Amino acid sequence: MRSLEHLIELKEVYKIYPMGSEDVHALDGVSLTVDRGEFVAIVGQSGSGKSTAMNIIGCLDVPTSGTYRLGGVDVSTMNDDQQAEIRNKMLGFIFQQYNLIPKLTVLENVELPLLYAGMDAGERRERARKALERVGLADKEKHLPSQLSGGQQQRVSIARALAGEPSVILADEPTGALDSRTGREVLGFLQKLNAEGDTVILITHDNSIAVKAKRIVRLQDGRVIYDGDAKDPRAVVRPEESAEEAGA
Amino acid sequence: MNVTQSFRLAIKSLRTSKMRAFLTMLGIIIGVAAVIIIISLGNGLTGMVEQQVEKVGVNQIYAYTWGMGDGTTKNVTPEEMYAFIDAHPDLFDGITPWVSGGQGIRCGSEEYEKTGIYGVSEAMYRPETGTTLDGDTLARGRYLQYVDVVNRQNVCVIGAYLEQEAFRGDALGRTLSLGGIPYTVVGVLKQNSETMSEGGGDDRVYIPYENAMQLSGSRFVSLYQITAASRDTVMEAQALLLDFLQTFYQDEAGEHIYDYYYVQSMLDQVNQINAMMGIAMMVLIAIAAISLLVGGIGIMNIMLVSVTERTREIGIRKSLGAKRKDIRRQFIIEAGTTSALGGFAGILLGCLVAMGIGSLFGGMLVQSLGASGITFNATPTLGAVLVSFGVSVGIGVLFGYLPANKAAKLNPIDALRYE
Repeated sequence: MRSLEHLIELKEVYKIYPMGSEDVHALDGVSLTVDRGEFVAIVGQSGSGKSTAMNIIGCLDVPTSGTYRLGGVDVSTMNDDQQAEIRNKMLGFIFQQYNLIPKLTVLENVELPLLYAGMDAGERRERARKALERVGLADKEKHLPSQLSGGQQQRVSIARALAGEPSVILADEPTGALDSRTGREVLGFLQKLNAEGDTVILITHDNSIAVKAKRIVRLQDGRVIYDGDAKDPRAVVRPEESAEEAGA
Repeated sequence: MNVTQSFRLAIKSLRTSKMRAFLTMLGIIIGVAAVIIIISLGNGLTGMVEQQVEKVGVNQIYAYTWGMGDGTTKNVTPEEMYAFIDAHPDLFDGITPWVSGGQGIRCGSEEYEKTGIYGVSEAMYRPETGTTLDGDTLARGRYLQYVDVVNRQNVCVIGAYLEQEAFRGDALGRTLSLGGIPYTVVGVLKQNSETMSEGGGDDRVYIPYENAMQLSGSRFVSLYQITAASRDTVMEAQALLLDFLQTFYQDEAGEHIYDYYYVQSMLDQVNQINAMMGIAMMVLIAIAAISLLVGGIGIMNIMLVSVTERTREIGIRKSLGAKRKDIRRQFIIEAGTTSALGGFAGILLGCLVAMGIGSLFGGMLVQSLGASGITFNATPTLGAVLVSFGVSVGIGVLFGYLPANKAAKLNPIDALRYE
């Protein structure tokens, strides 16, 4: 049962980069909706347009044409600062390289989005500590990122993404820099967050990771070639891929 | 993003690279220190001049009258000068001829060859202040009086050195011989310079001016020391005196011949010295300001490097919701903090060096001028300190703006991808 208003709604989104005399269609008419509480994996090989999709969904970039509504608001024509505000209030990012600021302590890193939201120091600290507790790193708040393991750093970045209580958590290859065991832990964590009600969008090239989501959106050459249940075998095996394998 | 957070971050990033921070600040440190040193030493010198002037009296005007010098005897007489001065009591306080009576006196069997002999009138002494026009005060006895001068009495007032050397500290009523004529000591002046020496400011004899003229064989009084009523009337008094001398010395054709007289006031000299020092200081400060400019460029340079190095951090901050103004503020505050710390260090260094120079060379300077009771105080004014600090912060903000703006405008996607 879907509500009338989708949380994320991309309609005929194009992203075109001029490359010399030719235009490259990074996104070639993508339409996509995501509702509250979903766990969606956007999958595709490099060049499929998944990074561009992530940038547009994450309000880091605007589409060349088409509309993108986030929480009912058209964000496709916003300027730099307006986008920054949307990112701050509605989006939580988890990056492959964790992207923690090395000079700041764990707590200060988690506080950053709250700082830019203009929250006062007391509330900021309290919310950041709560987020750290959620990822099980409350005892590490005074540490610097470099004093933590990769898995712990990624959990700090998850706490940072959670601290602002965003509508959407965007995870860009969150396990890419981790060993498989820690990667599984982080994925388990994202599943747990989703089970607790958070909307999670996972961007990955790895089918074995994508299947941990509930729904898979597969991109190829800037188009959606599959959008459906993650358990459906077609979600991970594409016709071309199997043909190639057969050929080889 | 609040200011205190930006400030803390700035301190943090300065502390993580101390050497770099120091080198970045060095330009500002040197520039500010140079400005502070120049201003301090300038203040010290100005203060010295002021003290000296205070001592001698800023109201003094000197009129040199050399006469026609062409065999004619036309020259202004002391009586004519007195009459002129007396006619303008609102502008002038007094006048004394100043005649050199040569050198050398005899006291008993002792010769004092270097002792200076000067002829003055009773107007040299101002009872209301208790000092002579040169700022000397009387230690004992009395000064030359009207009757002494009019009657050309053989009396004299002597300096402290002479009293000590010739009379073992008790000269009143004793006699010394000037050109074979015995003079009675009626007064002794207080010690003038810290270290008295033969032929110095304390080795002097003052006698009635006509006696001195006789002694040196001069026919005219060629120098008058005149006191203006106040500092404010000096210029007016000087102008009037010039008019008087011009009228007196113009030739038959009414042509004005400057060579026969010359008028100079203490105020002229002070103004001249101050103006010269002012110009010298401005030039020096301008040179020092160039190093501040270079320091500013250094800050801009390092901030540009810093922005490039921290591209990824900027991307992270932007992805978390930092607006352009947040990023801009962070970098401007960082640049401002760097230059403010540099400015602070510069002020400290400048004050220390100025004090060092002041105590090393100040005493020497005072002594070389042969002045006593004058101190050389090389301290900057509070205004100078505040302005230098303000300027250094301003330079940081000004030169930090360009890099900060560059950082603020970075595209978050490119910045995040930056390795």
